[in-house]
Amino acid sequence: MLENYIPIILVLVIAAIFAGAIIASSRIFGPKRPSKAKVMPYESGKNPIGAARQRFSVKYYLVAMLFIIFDIEVIYVYPWGVEFKNLLNSHGMFAFWPMFIFLVVLELGFLYIFKKGGLKWD
Amino acid sequence: MNQSTFLQILPFIILSAGIVVAILVEIFTTKGKALLPAFFSVLFLANSLLSLAQINVSSNLYQMLALGGKAAFFNFIFSIGALIAVMSSVNYVKKYGANFGEYYILLASSVLGMMLMAGALDLFVVFLGLEVMSINFYILAGINRKKKTANEASLKYFLLGAFATGFVVYGIGLIYGSAGNTNLNFIINNFTRLLKMPLFVIGLGLFFVGFSFKIAAFPFHMWVPDVYQGAATSVTGLMSTIGKAAAFSVLIFAISPVTFNGAEHIFRPYFATLAILSTLYASIVAIAQTNLKRMLAYSSIVHAGYMSIGLAAGNVYSVAGIIFYLAAYTFMNLGAFGVIAIVEDENDGKTDLKAFAGLHKKNPMLAGFMALFMFALAGIPPLAGFFGKYYVFVGAIKQNLLYLALVGITASLISVYFYLRVVVYMYFKDEEEDFEIKTDYPGMFAVLVSGIFVLIFGVFPSILMKLITSVLR
Repeated sequence: MLENYIPIILVLVIAAIFAGAIIASSRIFGPKRPSKAKVMPYESGKNPIGAARQRFSVKYYLVAMLFIIFDIEVIYVYPWGVEFKNLLNSHGMFAFWPMFIFLVVLELGFLYIFKKGGLKWD
Repeated sequence: MNQSTFLQILPFIILSAGIVVAILVEIFTTKGKALLPAFFSVLFLANSLLSLAQINVSSNLYQMLALGGKAAFFNFIFSIGALIAVMSSVNYVKKYGANFGEYYILLASSVLGMMLMAGALDLFVVFLGLEVMSINFYILAGINRKKKTANEASLKYFLLGAFATGFVVYGIGLIYGSAGNTNLNFIINNFTRLLKMPLFVIGLGLFFVGFSFKIAAFPFHMWVPDVYQGAATSVTGLMSTIGKAAAFSVLIFAISPVTFNGAEHIFRPYFATLAILSTLYASIVAIAQTNLKRMLAYSSIVHAGYMSIGLAAGNVYSVAGIIFYLAAYTFMNLGAFGVIAIVEDENDGKTDLKAFAGLHKKNPMLAGFMALFMFALAGIPPLAGFFGKYYVFVGAIKQNLLYLALVGITASLISVYFYLRVVVYMYFKDEEEDFEIKTDYPGMFAVLVSGIFVLIFGVFPSILMKLITSVLR
């Protein structure tokens, strides 16, 4: 079973050797004439101003965290929605209520954030 | 699902529905949060009575959750412990500056996680319960985000706790990979066969290492002093007692094939090392502590060590001993933290030994209870702590592990020094700091309840022991 993977490993090894050889040869044989413009960080051809590290408002993280709530919701609801008809035939309303309770609890969290002002921008 | 099963999962339903209701109260009313402590006290009281009523009926929910029996016994301990913690929080969080409705909601959610852990019949439920409990603890540790110590405690606890959880998940992965099943009953019934697979042994080892973090045993104890000192006193009381009991409930289940099916105990050296190192190291280091919360943190490492002696022995006596010890320790420690919570002032001060000097003149009742809890923690005979140690050591001796019992006795002799030092400060020293202790009726009630339990379990240990032997199959 593992033998099937040997070609993949071979390709990986050859790719690594090839890429390494190219980089090493250009480093060894290439001319080195650094100038101020050459060693500057590349930013779409513009001159960089200030440090690259900037402080973001914490609100962006908050939005990212809220996004996770809906992300998780979608992960669970999608397969359930696709299979819902089959589940309804085999399990009856038991296919419906657990997801209903899950969504209620999830939206309760959303309601909590909403009421506590988590979505207010300023 | 028949009616008796429904009655048995009622504690879970009550608590979950209670949390939902509490969140709604917190969202829609501003004054409603004053009712939350009373609301959750009633819920925990109802839960403890319901669990106690179902101790002799055991069944399960879809092979996922054990109901009744051992799980019900642990649920009883968790509910009573949470009730005491809520009581001692009522006035404490006001002076700590964390009088949020969320405090009680998080507290109740963490108890829900513990109940899932104690009843878990599947590795996924173990993990779910562990996460529900831990994540709530991380937030509770830093509930007052304006305090630097609380922030440090929360972040440290989160980083190291998440690291430990990683071990648990990796262990679960390897166990599932070698057993082909996550059902704990399946794993326990095939334990001897599975032990021949190296991957299963590694997985189980990682699982144990992860939980050694959670019970705070010696090589994995680094977070304990800082977290226990930095977090709010009532939260520390909660996570050092029933949080630890929840982690132990999983460990007890994990060594049950050794206990009941006579499988080879290949992890005995591991638990024995853990026990020797935690008891000796922490009982010596605790002598140097002047802050009571920090001292009790080291004392909690020592107690984790004593209980690890029981895990190393792994027979029926020692498992019953561990459960007895957990029950006794819950009340001794919650009571001690309850007293500290009452004495503590607004700025996290008055938690060191100096503040307790001459306490018996200032507040004889409080000093009396503190002395009771210190004697119990030290293991002085007619109190609960003594019988916890006694049963664990008897289990070790029956397994021909005399050296472990001797190490345990040595450590408890050392630890008598720092427990009794508190009593000496309270009764034989003059007042060093002049300050007033505000009367705190709910807090006093919590201390009183813990004191009563410590006395009952100490004077009539057979009541509790009979209950425990009846729930162990």
